[in-house]
Amino acid sequence: MSFGPFLLLALMEGMVTAAVLALSAAGLSLVFGVMRVVNVAHGEFYMLGAVIAWFVTTMIPGSPAVAFVAALVIAPLLVGALAAAADGLILKRLNYDPEATIVATIGLLYMIQQAVLSLYGPNANPVAAPFEWRIQLPWFGYSGYKLFVVAAAATLLLAVWALMTRTKAGLVMRATQIDRTTARAFGINVDRVYMGTFALGAGLAALAAVLIVPIQQAHYLMGGDPLLLSFIVVIIGGLGSLRGTLLAALIIGLSDGVISMFFSPTLAKILATLLVAMVLVFRPQGLFGARA
Amino acid sequence: MTAARIWALHLALIAALFAAQYLLPPYHVTNLARIMVLAVFAMGYNLAFGYTGLLSLGHALFFAAGMYGGGLLSYHLGWTALPALIAGLAAGGMMAGAVGLLALRTTGVSFMIVTLMFAQAGYLTILYFGPTTGGDEGLNLPAAGRSLLGFSLSADGPRYLVALGLFSTALLCCLGIARSRLGRIMVAMRENEERSRMLGYNPFTVKLIALVLSGLFSGLAGAAYGVLFGYVGASFATIQYSILPMLYVLLGGAGTVIGPFLGALLMFYLIDFASGLTSAYLFFVGAALVTLVLFAPKGILGTIRERWLGWLP
Repeated sequence: MSFGPFLLLALMEGMVTAAVLALSAAGLSLVFGVMRVVNVAHGEFYMLGAVIAWFVTTMIPGSPAVAFVAALVIAPLLVGALAAAADGLILKRLNYDPEATIVATIGLLYMIQQAVLSLYGPNANPVAAPFEWRIQLPWFGYSGYKLFVVAAAATLLLAVWALMTRTKAGLVMRATQIDRTTARAFGINVDRVYMGTFALGAGLAALAAVLIVPIQQAHYLMGGDPLLLSFIVVIIGGLGSLRGTLLAALIIGLSDGVISMFFSPTLAKILATLLVAMVLVFRPQGLFGARA
Repeated sequence: MTAARIWALHLALIAALFAAQYLLPPYHVTNLARIMVLAVFAMGYNLAFGYTGLLSLGHALFFAAGMYGGGLLSYHLGWTALPALIAGLAAGGMMAGAVGLLALRTTGVSFMIVTLMFAQAGYLTILYFGPTTGGDEGLNLPAAGRSLLGFSLSADGPRYLVALGLFSTALLCCLGIARSRLGRIMVAMRENEERSRMLGYNPFTVKLIALVLSGLFSGLAGAAYGVLFGYVGASFATIQYSILPMLYVLLGGAGTVIGPFLGALLMFYLIDFASGLTSAYLFFVGAALVTLVLFAPKGILGTIRERWLGWLP
């Protein structure tokens, strides 16, 4: 292959990364935006989504498409419920103090990861894609499922955006984000909003993982990279801003695809992490837009 | 009177640790040597977090800087233990200074994330230069690198004494810092940065000094860990080694001199015990973190100081 098709392949792979990343980063961004909580356990919610998808697809016999759709529904619900419980039992008692919640979510990270190691084991297991379909481009064949992932992620992000801007629930969440005391004075049950937001954020991570798990495999350590990349995206996009998050996910996803293909993936990650540190130091409101 | 009591307590701890090598079985003596080195690391973390209120998630970077600063010189250039330790000390301090100059422009959550990102970049850099650093597999240090003034540190006796020597020095330095004018300014920064600024102290300078001191302790601990146990590896630069000192400090008591040692001792044996039961022993690390932050944010010695022994430094 010559350089052009190579670049195209890199960009297409980058699009898939960007789509999944945008979804999981949107969850992290939502939680940070509304609750001011940095959820270090976000990657583990992602991993749980993938592992639950594996359990669901192995339990449901028959067509992989049915099993996949079931996983797409069950995984985010279960993970969301776990997140809601974690919020009620731990984060709420800490009064959402930023530093204490980070320490607590680090604890949560270890507990979830190690519980999965005990119950699910150290192996990586594949999940069948809901359909087999390859598009034949002039230079290479490409998995149709990957394109489906991009489309599905875009749809879901649109749904999140509509939820935040067009519904009562979104209005309440935005009100809580801007001023939780005033929101409480107006009769908004802030505790419930927080619990819902935390569950929604975790659910988005789980959804992203269910979408990606037919491409990658479900493994108990798979939460590390998405956590780091989601952090990078959320910070570069501006903490708590959904639009910035999307834009940053595109940039990070595409450049990750390109740099990983032509240079080394490790180098890509080094550059990305240093970029984040520099952005936080010199431009804390993110590269795009004002402070949320 | 109080001063005498404080000195007596700390010297008694050192004496007890000296006696321990003759009283305990060899397995526990080796463990204790490890714990003392980790406690030096935790004391360094405590200077930043416990006294100055800088919650860093990137101290593994300073530990690894010390470990590789000493280890690479002894592996590639054949340096012996003493210069390697000094090189590690310097590497930790310089790394902390460089990180601090940038990271201390931020506060709170941003500071935590910036330090986390720097540490991650450091870890990835070690992997990237795998042929030199040994990457994931690490390097086994040659015998020459593990000899200190003619004694081989691979033998139990000298190793324990060197660990004890480093630990005692660090403990007494830490006590000195905590009781000094600088230590009080550090605590003032933790308690109320605005007020301290109005009293004429520059927060940036004080925090930078605290972080560099913290980096010196961490770097020394890293170099000592490499030299004493003969192995340096990228796993010591992972996020887990940023979390462990935080856990030790939280458990023992943030802002107490002996707390980091107590936390390291208890946590080491908890993990040791748990890993005998299950391969998922890190679960207990997570559970301990959550429990501490929920029910005992002051840690063991912090609670004791609050309830009974107000004079505890």
